[in-house]
Amino acid sequence: MRALVIDDSRAIRVILGQILKALKFEVHNAGHGLEALEKLKETGPVDLVLVDWNMPEMNGYEFVCAVRKDDQYNGMRLMMVTTETEMAQVVKALEAGADEYVMKPFTKEMIVEKLTIMGLPVE
Amino acid sequence: MAINPADFDHISKIVKEQSAIVLEKGKEYLVESRLRPLLQKEKLGSLENLVTKLKAQPRGELRDSVIEAMTTNETSFFRDIHPFETLKKEIFPDLIEKRKDKKELNIWCGASSSGQEPYSLAMILRNQFSMLNTWKITFGASDISNQMLNRCRSGIYSQLEINRGLPAPLMVKYFNRLGAEWQVKEDLRKMIQFRITNLSKKWPFMPPLDLIMMRNVLIYFDVEMKKDILGKIRKLLRPDGYLFLGAAETTMNLDNSFERMPYKQSGCYRLKQS
Repeated sequence: MRALVIDDSRAIRVILGQILKALKFEVHNAGHGLEALEKLKETGPVDLVLVDWNMPEMNGYEFVCAVRKDDQYNGMRLMMVTTETEMAQVVKALEAGADEYVMKPFTKEMIVEKLTIMGLPVE
Repeated sequence: MAINPADFDHISKIVKEQSAIVLEKGKEYLVESRLRPLLQKEKLGSLENLVTKLKAQPRGELRDSVIEAMTTNETSFFRDIHPFETLKKEIFPDLIEKRKDKKELNIWCGASSSGQEPYSLAMILRNQFSMLNTWKITFGASDISNQMLNRCRSGIYSQLEINRGLPAPLMVKYFNRLGAEWQVKEDLRKMIQFRITNLSKKWPFMPPLDLIMMRNVLIYFDVEMKKDILGKIRKLLRPDGYLFLGAAETTMNLDNSFERMPYKQSGCYRLKQS
């Protein structure tokens, strides 16, 4: 399985990358939404995208909206991993097409549980 | 902060007397980690001081706090996922079909801890089975700890807890933001009657039950108490009802009246059908 981690913090990309690699994902990275869209052109659709909200160039919400308008990415599971914790933001992300939502700070267990909820075989 | 053998024995003894939970040798780490917050709260400094105070006041609030600390378990919403998938796909549809004439369902969570399990069930019922909105649902949930039951009744969870196992669409539907925390909506809270129950003592009156959740509870008791609890469950469960134990728990060699259902890692049992 392949995953794309999008976060402007290198530290967060490393932590999420380690969690996903331990779950046997091939992990790709991007520092913001635009870079992620470029990366997807190279890799093609991946199984899972973990995306932050607040980033330069293109934020995570804009990225989710852009991806959900493109049919070739229909099967990708999108999970926001963000410091945005207002209910209105969660609703906005889900309405835009995010499948799941994790509020930072997160733990490995939380990520694994959410991947299971999304039907990814991570056990 | 290592505990000495005599103090460990004393803590084990009062925990067993009050809750029937068995703390075998090798569980010293559990006592140390569970009682650490209590030591800080009571400014006792060491486990030795705690035990000295317990001996001086054997029936005081401190004893109750120790029991609560030792019997409270970490949990999460939809913990272990498989039992909840089985409930959603197999058990509730089956029970709804069987009870469609009477339109009554009786459910009991035997060790609700901080409430994630009963609220997970309540969310499934509300979200997947809207026809039940006109049924009479008796939904009880018990725990040995008053502190935990108060948490259950309030339905308030921290951000860390809300991140554990709860699908975001259900969070949006069934929770309200309450400052830095999250609260289960009133409608869902009203579905469940929380009450204190010590599983090793007399159980409160309950109607014949269609579904009993008793997951990851038996592991804490000795064989005699496991048999006693399964015997009480046998009498309470309707002949065509279901019991859920933890995936690693079993009725085998304890009570032969149950049979395990073939649902993946669900710990689902029913009474043997004659």
